[in-house]
Parts: sequence; structure tokens; C-alpha cells
Amino acid sequence: MQSRFVKFFSRRRNWSIPYVLFLVVFVVVPLVLIMFYAFQSKDGGFSLENFQRFINQPEAANTFIYSIGIALITTIICILLGYPAAYVLARLNSSTARVVVMLFILPMWVNVLVRTLATVALFDFLKLPLGEGALIFGMVYNFLPFMIYPIYNVLQKMDRSLIEAAEDLGATPRQVFTRVVFPLSMPGIVSGVMMVFMPTISTFAIAELLTMNNIKLFGTTIQENINNGMWHYGAALSLIMLVIIGITSLFTDSEAEEAANDGGLL
Amino acid sequence: MVKSNYIIELTNITKSFPDKVVLDDVSLSVKKGEFLTILGPSGCGKTTLLRLLAGFNTATSGEIRIDGEIMTDVPPHLRPVNTVFQRYALFPNYNVYDNIAFGLKLQKVDKKEIEQRVKRALKMVGMTDYEHRDVQSLSGGQQQRVAIARAIVNRPQVLLLDEPLAALDLKMRKDMQMELKEMHRSLGITFVYVTHDQEEALTLSDTIVVMNEGKIQQIGTPTDIYNEPCNSFVADFIGESNILNATMVRDRLVRFMDKEFECIDEGFGENTPVDVVIRPEDVYIIRNAEAAMFHGVVRSCIFKGVHYEMFVDTPDGYEIQIQDYNCFEPGEEVGMMIKPADIHVMQKERTENHVKGTMVDATHVEILGEVFECQEQANIEQGAEVDVAFNFTAVELTDDSEDGTSWGIIRFILYKGDRYHLTVRTDDGENIYVDTHDVWEDLDEVGIKIAPSELRITPVKSK
Repeated sequence: MQSRFVKFFSRRRNWSIPYVLFLVVFVVVPLVLIMFYAFQSKDGGFSLENFQRFINQPEAANTFIYSIGIALITTIICILLGYPAAYVLARLNSSTARVVVMLFILPMWVNVLVRTLATVALFDFLKLPLGEGALIFGMVYNFLPFMIYPIYNVLQKMDRSLIEAAEDLGATPRQVFTRVVFPLSMPGIVSGVMMVFMPTISTFAIAELLTMNNIKLFGTTIQENINNGMWHYGAALSLIMLVIIGITSLFTDSEAEEAANDGGLL
Repeated sequence: MVKSNYIIELTNITKSFPDKVVLDDVSLSVKKGEFLTILGPSGCGKTTLLRLLAGFNTATSGEIRIDGEIMTDVPPHLRPVNTVFQRYALFPNYNVYDNIAFGLKLQKVDKKEIEQRVKRALKMVGMTDYEHRDVQSLSGGQQQRVAIARAIVNRPQVLLLDEPLAALDLKMRKDMQMELKEMHRSLGITFVYVTHDQEEALTLSDTIVVMNEGKIQQIGTPTDIYNEPCNSFVADFIGESNILNATMVRDRLVRFMDKEFECIDEGFGENTPVDVVIRPEDVYIIRNAEAAMFHGVVRSCIFKGVHYEMFVDTPDGYEIQIQDYNCFEPGEEVGMMIKPADIHVMQKERTENHVKGTMVDATHVEILGEVFECQEQANIEQGAEVDVAFNFTAVELTDDSEDGTSWGIIRFILYKGDRYHLTVRTDDGENIYVDTHDVWEDLDEVGIKIAPSELRITPVKSK
């Protein structure tokens, strides 16, 4: 009896059973359920009516396009703010850089809702209006570290002799940047984009709190539908979002995979 | 301005980093078209010197001229030099062609010409048809060829090479050495080559610059450097050698191992302490001890391919390294002979230690950053600056650096046949020299003790 028990645990593949169970219960089954609900009409039969409703109903589609727009703007601002920050950090000596990177990551230790509520309080205190501007500010504030870190990581690991080789071959400091440093930091940027763009599409808490529910993002729409018992429509909307995110990650192909491996957050 | 035939002129270059001086007042001129090698152990400042030439670092003081123009503070992209890096430094985001064309594209050279020149450069390094390969798919040797092509395609006046072959295996290194020499001949440009490999330096160079501790030790042709080393560091670093303490009795007669030998050196004066260098291949070893100049017993004999390497102990305690085509068994009694022309006499760099110090009180003197006990100095007042001399043998080194009055790190070990001559860098940055029979290792931390009776103190005359 005991020997069978020992034998069972000595086989390494058996150790994976709990994780496989977890994945099946909390990832695969929900995904299958989403598929199932999305293609089901209210009376239970197979239908595409949920998707037709999305196309015919401008409200949801508009929210979707608006969400992608906000996500794009957030991502672009994060690149514009994050790249120079990462660049400067990569040039600092390592102990200073570590402290500053820590400072950027420190807010991540606090729950996103707490941080966002604090942002609302800050806007109130400064008597700034809540709305689209506040929404973008909140998004950038929340996601900037995810952009800085992978870029910093790539820049910091870059072989200094490549920069010297470029200078040596006659490149001005600007040319060194445009022809060597920037192209070589692409994996970091791609990784940063994946970590900012994708989650921002489905954010809803930040939007709700920072616009006093005035601006709806796609995440909010899904949440409302499901909260109001419209499981089938909500599932269809989730599926659409998943497909779009899937497509963006295809664009970033193997290069991004590499980057995600060595450039990911912490 | 008169254009000299020197392409590079370095005048009194000093480079110091916050914690140490890497180059100490280095002056050097390089002739146009020369193959010059800067040779030295790691940390001697050779790479820093090359980086100053390329412009990656700026000198703390001194002047750099390239082709007559002052280049001391000119940034790297405006200098007429190109560099081949030790670790290749090829741009991984470009293929072979674009790597080589990188410099030409920046100069806005015509597209057709770029293509021609890239092809010619590839042919020169034996990499025709590799244009479209990804650089990371190439082997180390191929990558280094591309790196060389990338540098020479720009037709620089000076090609700087920073240990370019160090990462390659032996066979590949030998092949590349020949190719580099051939390339130098056909390109006709100046090569400045940095290496720590003395054999590579001897093979490739027109001129060798031997460096140690940030200073140039000797400049000369490979044969000069090998046959006429100017000090014991060079003799020890280039090739194998027996370095012995000796006394120049008079011109053409030198005394070492308690015997007098004829030699061909003159002008050292009479009864002057000197060092002699004898290359192991210059000692003749014979079975017939009668006819020999001195004899000894073979201690070890190792086959080295072309020759045997033997260590022979003489009756008076010296150890002589010998290379010979014949094998002599350990334990065998042998005789040895040295031709007068093969005994190379060098001026001693120093015969005793000299350091500056301050009298603390009548029986204590502060030297090397610590207070040492000394014999009573009645005539020297407290706080006076003094010169302190002591013999190489007066210093006692201790295993535990806490045990000594002061402590230091062993920086250089020179074997002198019957003793070791150590250079010890003390805690406060001064070098002292120690003769010992004990075996120490490079970079050992040691405690330093000096017996009070050994310190010879003379006051420094105040101005």
C-alpha cells in the first residue's frame, strides 16, 4: 500500500495534477462556457444573434471602438513617457537605478482600486474635473511601470560595445540612437505594449471611478451585461475582446515572446 | 605645420580613474603603415590606451595627435580610426552586409560604391557570399572576420584591434594571425594591436610596446625585445628566461652563481650589481661535466613537442631552466655552458628599498602609512621628514596580513634562480621589493615586518 503511494509521488508528472485541475476548472471550463453561451440564444439553441446584436447595436460597438482608442492613447503616452525614463535609468549606475526602478514599482504594491480612489481624491483636492482627461491620466499612472520596466531591462542589458562600435564607425549620438539603440530595444517596447495595451482594453474600475460612470469602456459594458443577467450577450462581447487581443499578440510574434521572457516585469 | 611621418603621437598621456591611475605619463609615436603591438599583462593599461585612441575615454592629461591633428577631446565618430573589438560587437539587428555597410551608409557613400566596397572587404576576409547571413548564425571566427571587414571597409588611417583573437581557439588564432599580417601588408594602413599574448606580439608586429602598471617598459622590434630586454619585467614577460643576480666585475666579465663568465656587455662600471638574463635555449647541456663551465643535477625533464624542458639544480642552490633537443634523465649529473653573446646583462632597476617617512619619536618612524620601530635616532628631531632605506632581504612577510606592522598585496613575482624577488604593493599604494626563498602567490595578502636594526634612516635636508 505504502509503496504504491510512494511510487505515485515519485513520478514527476503526477505532481502536475493539481495545476492541471486548476487550469481546467478556472481557465478551460470558463472559456468553453463563454464560447457556449456566446453562440446560444435565449431559448437555448445555437445562434449568432448575440453577434448580430453587437453589429446592429451601435452603442456597444462604439464603446468597443472608443475603448481601443483609449487603450491606444494610453499605450502611446506610456511609450513616450516610459522610454526616456527607461533610457535615463539604464545609464545611471546600478545602485541608483535600482532605487529609482523600485520607486516606480512601489505603487504596484497597493491595490489598483485603492490607487484609483486616491487619484479621485487627488483630482478633487486640486479641483480638477473628472472625465476623459482624468481617465487617461489614471490609466497612464497605473500602467506606466509596465512599460518602463521591460524597456529598462533591455536597455540595461545592451552590450555597451555595440554603442561604441557605432560611434567608432562614424555615427553621431543621434544616429547611434536611431540605428542601434532604438532598434535593439524593440523587444522591450513590444513587451511593454503587450503589458499595457491588452489589459487597458478591458479595464473598467478605473473608468468607472475616474469618470463618475460618465464614460463607459468595453470592460464596463461586459460587466453590466453580465451583472444584469444577460449572460449570452456578455459572453459574446467577451469573446470578441478575446479575439481582438489574440490578434494583437499575433502581431508581436516570436520577438515579443523572447522579450517577454527576458523583459517581463520582475 | 610640418607633417611628421608619425601617424599617432601621444604626449605625456595620463589617465586616472577615481580609485587608480591606469596610465602614467605615457608618450608614444607610431609610424605610418606600422604594425604596432601594445603588449602587457591584464590591467597594465593597454586597453585603456587603445580606448583613448578610439575616443571612448578621454585622457586626464596629455595630448593625442592623429595624422598631425590634435584629437585629445574629439569624439569617436569624428576620428579617422576604426576599431575591431574583442567581442566582435556586431549589430545583431543587421545582417552581414548591413553591418559592413554601416559606416559607409553614414558617410552617404553612393549605393553602387557601397556594394563594391562591401564585396571587396568580404573577399579580403575570405567571407564572399555571406552577405545575407544573420550575424548571430556565424561562428566566432566568422564573426571576427565580419568585424574586421566592417572596420577596414571605411579605409581608416589607423586600425585599432583590441585583442581580436583572444576569443578564438588556438588553430583559428594562428590562421587569423597570418591573415591579419597579410591584410596589413596589402592595405598599407597603420595597425595598433593590443594583446597579452607575447607569442602573438612577436609573430605579428613591426614594433612592440611592452607595458606594465600603466607605464611603457620597452619599445622595440620583436628581436630587440626578445634578445635585449631592458629590465627584468620584460625579460620575464617575453618568453622564458633565467634571471639571476650578478655583479659586473669589469667590462666583458660578469660574476654570477659564484663564477665568472665572459660576456660582451660593456660600460656598466666595475663591481656593479646587475641582472643577467639567459634564455633557456641558450644554455648548452652536456654529459661530460669536465669540459663544462658549471655543473648540476637534472631535477625534472618534460617533453614539450619540439624540445625538452629541464630544470637543473646547481650545487650552490641555483635552479636553471634549459631547453634542449636531447633528453637528460632526472638525477643525471650534467655540465652546462653559455656563450658570451648569450649572456644578456641588464642594469638593476634598484638595489634596495627607498621610502619616504616621518620621525614619530626617537625610536619610531612612520613609513608605508604605519609606524615602524627603529633604532634610536638621537640626531633627528621629532616630525622630521626622513629617507628610509632597507634591503630586499630585510623584509619579513607573514601569512596573516594582521600579523605585520603594515600589509600589502603581492603584485609581481620574479624568480631569480635561487630566490624570489617580489613586488609588494602596500596598503598606502607604495611598492616595496622583497627577496625571499618562500613561495608566495600573485595577489596574496601579506603582513609586512621589518626588523628595527634594518632600517637605515637619513634626514631629508630641509630647503
